[in-house]
Parts: sequence; C-alpha cells; structure tokens
Amino acid sequence: MNSVLRIILQRLALGVLTLFIVSIVIFTAVNMLPGDFAQAILGQGATPEAVAAIRRDLGLDQPPITRYFQWLGGALQGDLGNSFAQANFASFVGDDSGARTTVAAQIAPRFANTMFLAGVTAAIAVPFAVGLGILAALYRNSAFDKAANVSTLSSISSPEFFMAYILILFLAVLNPILPSLSNIYDGMPFSERLQKTLLPALTLTLVVTAHMMRMTRAAIINLLASPYIEMARLKGISPMRVIVKHALPNALAPIINVIALNLAYLITGVVVVEVVFVYPGIGQLFVDSVKIRDIPVVQACCLIFAAAYILLNLTADILSILSNPRLRHPK
Amino acid sequence: MSGMVWFVLYLAAVAVGGWVFRFAGQTATGNKPFFRDMPLAVAFGYVLGVTLAILAVFYYFQPVMTEQGTPDAGVTFFRWAVQGLIIFAIAAWVFRLLGRNIGTAGSKKLFRQMPLTASFGILVILIYAFVSIFAGVIAPYGQEEIFQQVNALPGGNAATGGNPDHILGTDQIGRDLLSRLIYGAQNTVGIAFATTLIAFFLGGSLGFLAATLQGVLDQVLSRAVDVLMAIPSLIFALLLMTIASAWAGSEKWLLTVYMVLIIAVIDSTRVFRLARAVGMNIVVMDYIEAAKLRGEGLGYLIFKEILPNATAPLLAEFGLRFCFVFLTIASLSFLGVGIQPPLADWGTMVRDLSQFINFAAFSPLTAALPLMAAGAIALLTVAVNFVVDWMLYRSSGLKE
Repeated sequence: MNSVLRIILQRLALGVLTLFIVSIVIFTAVNMLPGDFAQAILGQGATPEAVAAIRRDLGLDQPPITRYFQWLGGALQGDLGNSFAQANFASFVGDDSGARTTVAAQIAPRFANTMFLAGVTAAIAVPFAVGLGILAALYRNSAFDKAANVSTLSSISSPEFFMAYILILFLAVLNPILPSLSNIYDGMPFSERLQKTLLPALTLTLVVTAHMMRMTRAAIINLLASPYIEMARLKGISPMRVIVKHALPNALAPIINVIALNLAYLITGVVVVEVVFVYPGIGQLFVDSVKIRDIPVVQACCLIFAAAYILLNLTADILSILSNPRLRHPK
Repeated sequence: MSGMVWFVLYLAAVAVGGWVFRFAGQTATGNKPFFRDMPLAVAFGYVLGVTLAILAVFYYFQPVMTEQGTPDAGVTFFRWAVQGLIIFAIAAWVFRLLGRNIGTAGSKKLFRQMPLTASFGILVILIYAFVSIFAGVIAPYGQEEIFQQVNALPGGNAATGGNPDHILGTDQIGRDLLSRLIYGAQNTVGIAFATTLIAFFLGGSLGFLAATLQGVLDQVLSRAVDVLMAIPSLIFALLLMTIASAWAGSEKWLLTVYMVLIIAVIDSTRVFRLARAVGMNIVVMDYIEAAKLRGEGLGYLIFKEILPNATAPLLAEFGLRFCFVFLTIASLSFLGVGIQPPLADWGTMVRDLSQFINFAAFSPLTAALPLMAAGAIALLTVAVNFVVDWMLYRSSGLKE
C-alpha cells in the first residue's frame, strides 16, 4: 500500500505543478496582448489622467510578475478579479458609483449549471456506453456489432453542432418533445430544469458514448484470448457470464481510464453545445468573453477548464493505478 | 407521455415475439443447434431488427404531403436519408468494383480486400478533393458576389419565394448559397489541410529531432509539450484567438492566418508525441547505429533512415489529425472566431443559417440548409475516419 500511496502523491504533486505552469502560460499569453487596455476602453479622446486612473484601478501599472502573483493569490482565494466588460468605467472620469461585477460572481452560477449538464450527461452516457460495449463484445462480428461500429465511428467524427441540430430537428421542431432552448434559471423546479437540460445532455451523450463504447469493446475483446477465458468457456458458462464475471473485472482499468478521459473531453464539447442551446453555462460565458475580449473572464474560464481537465486526467491516472492489483499488493 | 407507454409496450411485444420466434424455429427445424442455443436476447435482437426494418419501409412509403396539403417533413427527411444512404452505398460498391478491375496489380489487390466503408471513404475524399480544387469552375457564382434578391428560399420555385437562378437560395445579404457551399469546400478543407501540414512539419521534425538527439533538447521539448497538452485544445485555441484578434485588428485575413498558426502549433504537440515515440523505437535499430558510424549527418538520419520507417503510423495519424484540425476550425468558425466573413466557410454557414431549422414543418428544404453545411463537415470526417480505421486494422493485423 505504501508504494501506491507514494505513486499517487507523486501524481498529485505533478498535477499541482502542471496547473501552476499552465497558469503561467495562460497569464503570459494574455499579457502578450498589444496596446493598452485602458486606452482601448476610453477611445481616442481619453485624457492621460483617466487612462492612468483605469490603469491604477485595474492594477495594470504594476510589473507583470507582481500582477501574476496577485492574480494567482486571488484565484486561490476565489477572487478572480473584476470583469472588464461590466465594470463601471464611467466612474473613472466622473463620480464613482463603486459598482463592480466580479468575475467570481459571474462564473459561480454558470459553473454550477455546467456541472449539472456534465452530471446529467455522465449519468446517461456512462451506463449506456458500457452496456453497449459489453453487448458489442458479446455479439462481436455480428450485424449488430458492425452497425454499432459504423454508427459510433460516424458520431465520433461528426462535429457537435451537427449532432445538436439533428436532435433539435427531430426532437424539438418536428416532434416537439423537448425544448430546443435551455433557458434555465435559479430556483427552477428540478424536473423542469432536467427537461430543459436533456437535449444538450443527449447531444453530448452521442458524442462521448461512441468513444467509450469502442474502448469498452476493445478492452473486453483483448482479454478474450486469455487462457482463463478459454477455461471459463470450457466449463460451459454462458457467453454473457464469461464476459460480465470473468472479462469485465480485468478490463476495468482501461474502461475507467477511458471514461475519465471522455469526461475530460466533455469540457471541450460543452463549449459548442452550450452555444447551440443557449445554455447559461461557463462555456457560453467563455465564448462571449472571447468575442468582447473581457480578459479577466477569459483568463478565469481558461484556468477553470484547464484545472478540471488536469483533475480528470489525474483521476484517470490514479484510478488505473488503483485498479491494478499488482500495484496494490506489491511483493 | 403516451409515447413512452407505446414504446414500452412495443418492447414487450418484441420480447414475446422473440420467444415465439425461437420456439417456432426450434419446432420447425427439429431443434437445430442454431435455434437450440439461441439466447432469448439474440432472438429479441432478430425480431427487433425485422420489426424496425418493416416500420422503416412502411414509414418510407407514407405520403409526403399531409391531408392538409402541408409537407410532412419527417417523411421527407427520412426519404432523403434513405435515398442518400442507398446512393452512397451503390457508388461505393461501383467504385470498389472499378478499383478491382482497373489499375495495377497492387491497387487491384488493395481494392479486393477493402470493406465497403473504406471504399466509401476513399470515394468521398476524392470527391471533396475534386470539388475543392475546381471550386472556381463548378460554382455558378463567386463566393462574394451579391445579388438583388436577399433570403431567396431554396427550391428555385418563384411562386414559393425562390429564384430559379439560385437553386439553394441566397443568404441574408444576397449571396448564392450553392456557390458558398462549394467554395466552402475550398476554404474550409484547404485551410484545414494546410494547417495539418504545418502541424506535421513542426511536430514531426521536432519529434524526430528529440528522438535522435535525446538529452537536454528532448527533455525541454517533451516537458513543454506536456504543459501545452494539459490545456484542452479548443479552450487554448479560443484563448489564443482572443489575443490574435487584438493583434490582427481590422485585418480579417490576418486573423485567419493566425488561426492556422495557432491550431498548427497546438496540434503539433500531439504529432510530436507520436513522432518521438515512433522515432525512439527506430533509433535503437542497428541500421541507425551503422549510419551513425558511417558518419552520416543529422539530416540524413532523419530524412533517409527514420522517416521512411515511420511513414505508416504517421500516415494514419495524418488522417486523424486532419479530422481534429478540421473539426476544431469548423467549431471555431461556428463560434464566430474562426475563418472570417468574406470567405465562405461551412462552420460560419451553419451558425448563420441555424435559425432556418425552425421552418422544418413548412419547408423541409429550407430547414435542411444548415444541415447541409454541417453534414458536409461530418461527411468528410466520417470518410477520413473510415479510411483510417481500415488502415489501422490492416497494419495491426488484428483479426478477432
């Protein structure tokens, strides 16, 4: 157990280090922006005093290293700074009303929404994909397997918005079963919220299921040539039981790994899907901020996405270590 | 809710049907092993498949017009889908047949072993290549040409708001949609192809260099790639596009150039990983040692010794990488920060035309417009994936 603990601690330390370096990369990238932000907001007729006031207020007059550590220190405490776009810049030239929208206040509710969407997707996709994968492995090389192979390959390779519009066309426009706009808000009853989230969740399910299912099938089929499977077959156990009782437990490590990786992939997929369905999540906020160049929000969203991505990859790593009995019980 | 009840009832009926089917088979064939050893789930699958096929045929022959005289969009779309599938299947089959009888002995052999999906993929790729190269000749109008009639509906019927000169209609500022769809092939596919080439040149040469020289260079490059790969690629691309859009200012074409470079760099990290791993396996070979002892230079080692031996995995990776790049560019354009306006491009078209999908009940062809652009993207990536899948299957020698 000791060596496993050590490996896991190593991975954790590596994850934190990666996140730290990623934060430097994000910060540096943003600081490569040309020109002066304050100048850009105020336009050509800005007085030098007003520009200086904005620079001071946003902390742009500090050297980059100081600003980086201020930003990182703030981010660790949940303070991600003020949003540029919603800041009341009129206050710098005249009277200050003191109104500011913090990035954290903007992100927090949307983050919860995105988590909800990802959660619903995972709850549908994971059992569905693993079940289909087991069936495909059980009836390998049959018509069912071939149909599943072709359809999953097609759904992996289609862009998310294609899937989204196909689903909208059939489930929202032609047969109005589900709403095509996911305008959810705080305090909405759970059932209604779920109904509005279902269409984006289904789209994401279609995208991630394919990969998970193919990997489940491959992981199980890889094991079918092993002697102990041969033995189980010779004992006369039914094919389903051979797979579920004998092959599946040993295929668990790669399957868990691929599930975690696909949940990490969801993070990227969520951006496009949220925009299609106007789902008020963090992905949509990110795209909107990219368009209006609201730097603090872009920076914060990027950091959150990267952190989630690293965390899920780390989980995949650790789980695959834990599911390996040879590592859990070293000689 | 009643739909749900019907669905459950249908499944129950299929289950009963499966049992009856198996029992009938057992009795009729005198307990042949095929029916004797059939699990109920398999019988269920057979009956489900047959009933679905019957339902599909029944649905296909439903009238296209409802009794009220409005088009039944569901049936229309279903017919298009089925017809498209059949046409493509026949085309792929004919193409494979041609390949089996025309060409050199090697290519004939290749086509003989080819599954239908792979020949479909190759055919589609060839069609796309043809359209994108000769877009200027095929397209009826220029991609930036603006006409009098804006928002002309597709179909070319003047009575229903169309225009015979524009078969697919015009967009909100009066550009011919068919021409833009065709030019989209040139722009979207061309830009994605160029990006992939740059990514391969960058990632491949650095990866081989790291594998050959090893030491400090390898460490530095590998760690840098690790960090870049820790950020999800679409997110990183969006972040860098924010900066690029500030750099480019009002020069829209410059933004497209930046996008190509950004995506090339992000994707080159994945190529680097593969090239380095493949290169590592090759540099330990004896013939590399021999070449080193002969006193060959670095360039010779990389281009004459390592590269020829790494072609197969790199070629498969090129296909996959192209799909990723293509989808990333399409997604960026869809989000509005990719290929910039005067150029026609499929991702942007999907976004601009997406509202038409709500008119499906009145005019199926209009609703199909955004799906055409999105489908054009999907068709190519599916085709490339089919070919790559087949290539990997062939090279792995996997038979189970």
